[in-house]
Amino acid sequence: MMLRGLWKLTWIEIKVFMREPMGAFGTIGVPVLIFLALGRFAGNRLSAPSPVVSSFSQAGIPVLVAILIAISSVLSLVTIISIYREGGILKRLRATPLRPQTILTAHVIVKLLLTAATLVLMLLAGKRYIPPGAHVPWVSFTVALLISTWSILSIGFIIASIVPTARFAQPIGAVILYPMIGLSGLFVPIEYMPPALRAVAQVLPLTYAVRLLQGIWNGDGWSAHMGDVAALALLFVICTALSAKVFRWE
Amino acid sequence: MPPVIQVSGVRKTYGRTVAVDEASFEVNESEIFGLIGPNGAGKTTTMECIEGLRKPDRGTIAVLGLDPFRQVYKLQDRIGVQLQQAQLQKRIKVWEAVDLWASLYQKKEVDGERLLEQLGLTDKRNAWFMNLSGGQKQRLFIALALINDPEVVFLDELTTGLDPQARRAIWDLVRGIRERGKTVFLTTHLMEEAERLCDRVAIMEHGRIIDIDRPERLVTRHCPERTVILETDDLGAAERFKRIPGIESVTTIDSRITIRGASEDLVTDVIDCLSESKIRVTDFRTILPSLEDVFLKLTGHSIRD
Repeated sequence: MMLRGLWKLTWIEIKVFMREPMGAFGTIGVPVLIFLALGRFAGNRLSAPSPVVSSFSQAGIPVLVAILIAISSVLSLVTIISIYREGGILKRLRATPLRPQTILTAHVIVKLLLTAATLVLMLLAGKRYIPPGAHVPWVSFTVALLISTWSILSIGFIIASIVPTARFAQPIGAVILYPMIGLSGLFVPIEYMPPALRAVAQVLPLTYAVRLLQGIWNGDGWSAHMGDVAALALLFVICTALSAKVFRWE
Repeated sequence: MPPVIQVSGVRKTYGRTVAVDEASFEVNESEIFGLIGPNGAGKTTTMECIEGLRKPDRGTIAVLGLDPFRQVYKLQDRIGVQLQQAQLQKRIKVWEAVDLWASLYQKKEVDGERLLEQLGLTDKRNAWFMNLSGGQKQRLFIALALINDPEVVFLDELTTGLDPQARRAIWDLVRGIRERGKTVFLTTHLMEEAERLCDRVAIMEHGRIIDIDRPERLVTRHCPERTVILETDDLGAAERFKRIPGIESVTTIDSRITIRGASEDLVTDVIDCLSESKIRVTDFRTILPSLEDVFLKLTGHSIRD
């Protein structure tokens, strides 16, 4: 069977990741701490939204942190793939009946589980910053974040394919991914951007991820965001096809 | 019985570097076949083409009747591979690696725990890969290569970086694999390893295979020279040795006489001569050429250069 070994490999990758002293803390802990710090800082505004800062205050912090969680997962994937390649682990796994897609699928599953776990932790830890009466669609928001992460992971594959050594993987990934947040419409609505930046924002995947997450957090239905989901799916297809071309196993 | 591995006219280039140049050879069932040569000779590339990890530019390869590149998954199910300089996840436990590998193959008859026991890794089964010594890692990789009870085992430079004791233990293991009827294909740049372990060797240099045969036949063919060094006070001895047929040179320095010749019977002839003439010797040594000398002769340089 094509996916033979997938579950065992996934389970082992989860265990190996949790044994990494910085891995679990850096990837799960940091976004949660950022959420707590931001929540505390903006606590008043969260509970009493004013029209001026409404877009940021109502969905801004949760969405920002959700995006940080996604990026953190992607960077973790980039690092792991490049370490595995540099150390010959990918090559060793390849010299078995394991299919390449099984190896990558296992890593995607691990990262998606990690994303979901971080989000749940964040929501549990930050419960008090969310206004008591507010209705937050937890399940939909989690699904939206998983779709966003899954899509951005494909950018991670391309970065992991091109970056030569593990040492540069994380910084290069960060340099590519973090600036996208600035243009994603999270801080400045896209309509207010100069035309040139707006054009850039339109092709950046984070823009669609942010719009999807914001909408879902604010109670939109899925039907209102099928365009965003389609854009993210398209990104996944393009990037996966591209990385299949440029991916190196050693 | 058709050969287990058939390689003919294989060529592989990386850019302008020719890594493997028209390599052809066959490996038979239940033999230990060694590809020997210095680092960079193209041994690993050749092996990885046979394992289906690389596609040769030209030439054909068949392993167990399969095309290693097009039928790579079918092939991987029936072979065991140990790669040079491979690593596993730093924090994977020994038993987890064995368990994972066991789940990847169709055959399930090999008992992972028994394999660990055979390889002396039982007390390390809960250790992380990163905390194993070089020899332990190598034994784990051998365990992983044997987990599917493979018909052919590929071992790439398996004792490099190990101390002599660990090396000998691994040689015994490899002999054990052959005794169970498996075919072993290995590469090494250690001539001693090739001489002691391999039934047949192919000497490779600059991507070319220079000669293939049993180690002792390669030595006889390319380096027939034999040397006897002895110590005697008998002043007439040197003259008697010169009369032995096939002697090339007899040199005397003080009481030490060095006799050189290319005849296979040189040592016997010298001993016969000693007993016939009742020459009293206080020391007697022979120097026989080794695979190392064959390599030097065939390539014009030492394998360590």
